[in-house]
Amino acid sequence: MLTLDGLSKTYKTGDSALSDVSLTVPKGQIMGLIGPSGAGKSTLIRCINRLVEPTAGKVLLGDVDLARLGKAELRRQRRRIGMIFQEYALVERLTVMENVLSGRLGYVPFWRSFLRKYPAADIQRAYQLLDRVGLMDKADNRADALSGGQRQRVGIARALAQNPELLLVDEPTASLDPKTSRQIMRLLTEICAERDLPAIVNIHDVPLAQQFMQRIVGLNAGRVVFDGPPEALTEAALTTIYGEEDWNAMRKGDAEQAEAEADARARMEAIA
Amino acid sequence: MSSVAAYPTTWRRPPQIVKDRRWRIALQIGIFVYLVLAISTVDVNWSRVYEGLERGQRFAMGFLQPDFTSRWTDISRGLIESLTMTLTSTVVGVIISVPVGIGAARNLVPRSVYYVCRGIIAVSRALQEVIIAIFLVAMFGFGPFAGFLTLSFATIGFIAKLLADDIEEIDEAQAESIRATGASWVQLINYAIQPQVMPRLIGLSLYRLDINFRESAVIGIVGAGGIGATLNTAIDRYEYDSAGAVLLIIILIVMVAEYSSSYLRKFLQ
Repeated sequence: MLTLDGLSKTYKTGDSALSDVSLTVPKGQIMGLIGPSGAGKSTLIRCINRLVEPTAGKVLLGDVDLARLGKAELRRQRRRIGMIFQEYALVERLTVMENVLSGRLGYVPFWRSFLRKYPAADIQRAYQLLDRVGLMDKADNRADALSGGQRQRVGIARALAQNPELLLVDEPTASLDPKTSRQIMRLLTEICAERDLPAIVNIHDVPLAQQFMQRIVGLNAGRVVFDGPPEALTEAALTTIYGEEDWNAMRKGDAEQAEAEADARARMEAIA
Repeated sequence: MSSVAAYPTTWRRPPQIVKDRRWRIALQIGIFVYLVLAISTVDVNWSRVYEGLERGQRFAMGFLQPDFTSRWTDISRGLIESLTMTLTSTVVGVIISVPVGIGAARNLVPRSVYYVCRGIIAVSRALQEVIIAIFLVAMFGFGPFAGFLTLSFATIGFIAKLLADDIEEIDEAQAESIRATGASWVQLINYAIQPQVMPRLIGLSLYRLDINFRESAVIGIVGAGGIGATLNTAIDRYEYDSAGAVLLIIILIVMVAEYSSSYLRKFLQ
């Protein structure tokens, strides 16, 4: 269980990215974080594993306050938090297997990681994860030889290799096409359900969030302005999060896309 | 539209800097007068020019008939010294440059380490090879050891600076993702930084290898051994045919190094 208590972040420039955010994410819950660009979604996620240092507040994972740890202890605690990135953030010139095994870096001594001599159990688990995300045959390919969807699945496998207790997911579908986006979101939700993993998913695609999230939190200018189930995300709620806009136009666009997809599926089935 | 004949048939580029015609003429006259006055103050010793021409002709003749044989032992010793100096100093220089370069990358180390490493680079780059060679020859005596130290020192400034700049321009997202796994600092270097900068480091090292060979010929002249020393001796003895041979060999080796290293770099990118 993750608890944020009065989390705030003010950048050196004086910009207040987060002010007084308090949230609780129970075990197994997938929480979507939505909000306009610059609302602090990315900062919030990065304050949890301290890729960004929060200025005030508590980050409780279980009963450890992550915001108050020294360097060595922080590294040990980061192992408990898997992170999945926008644009995948794989190390492009390393192989898929090395990228997945890099999820074990926090657990192995330097010489093992340097010589790529990981313990047998780690290697076995890495293969198992690659199989789970459907990339068993790509283990020896270089990461930059994969397509966008494949890369994001490697990113998921890397995060799971850490054996995490929490997933932080930063715009997982930002550079993927709609169909691949849905596949990735489905894979994420399945995996979280399998392992009873809580996840915070930072996402800018509102319909996608409504389709896959169990709970949605809306941020605006660093403050939580909405917190509820996806059904409660009415037009009024969207307006408080994003400001004035013709929401029906967007929904209509999404409905069209869904229709097109259904149509494509029907045609595929007809062919098969 | 009026007929074509109504438009002018000539066009001149308008003056860009001095717009006023009178000023332009005055400036042109002024420059001419200055040149005449300046040239008239140069005192040329024509007899020395004539002697020089004669010597130059002998030099050119030496080039046309390079003598590889009569001083071959000196030349081959110088060459081997130079090549040894080049290779060893490049290897040692690169090995030292890597930690200095990492230390000089703003995004990886605390400020204090950054300033120290940037300081080392600045000192190494501020001093030209010939000047370092003069110092080191005075300290360690004539010979290739001084040359080896000079080139190693110069290599540090070159490789470490370019490596550090390259590290500062890596894709931060990749580093962030490795940091998020709980990796230690050395693991971060090994997994996120090294894969991104390795091709460039290899390319730079090969490039430095051929720079070091050229420099080894120059610093030989101030006493740091190698082919430069052989060349200097040959010129001092007025043996222009041997000097021509040495120069031709240097040109040949530099060309071979240049082409092979650029080929290798292309292959590795």
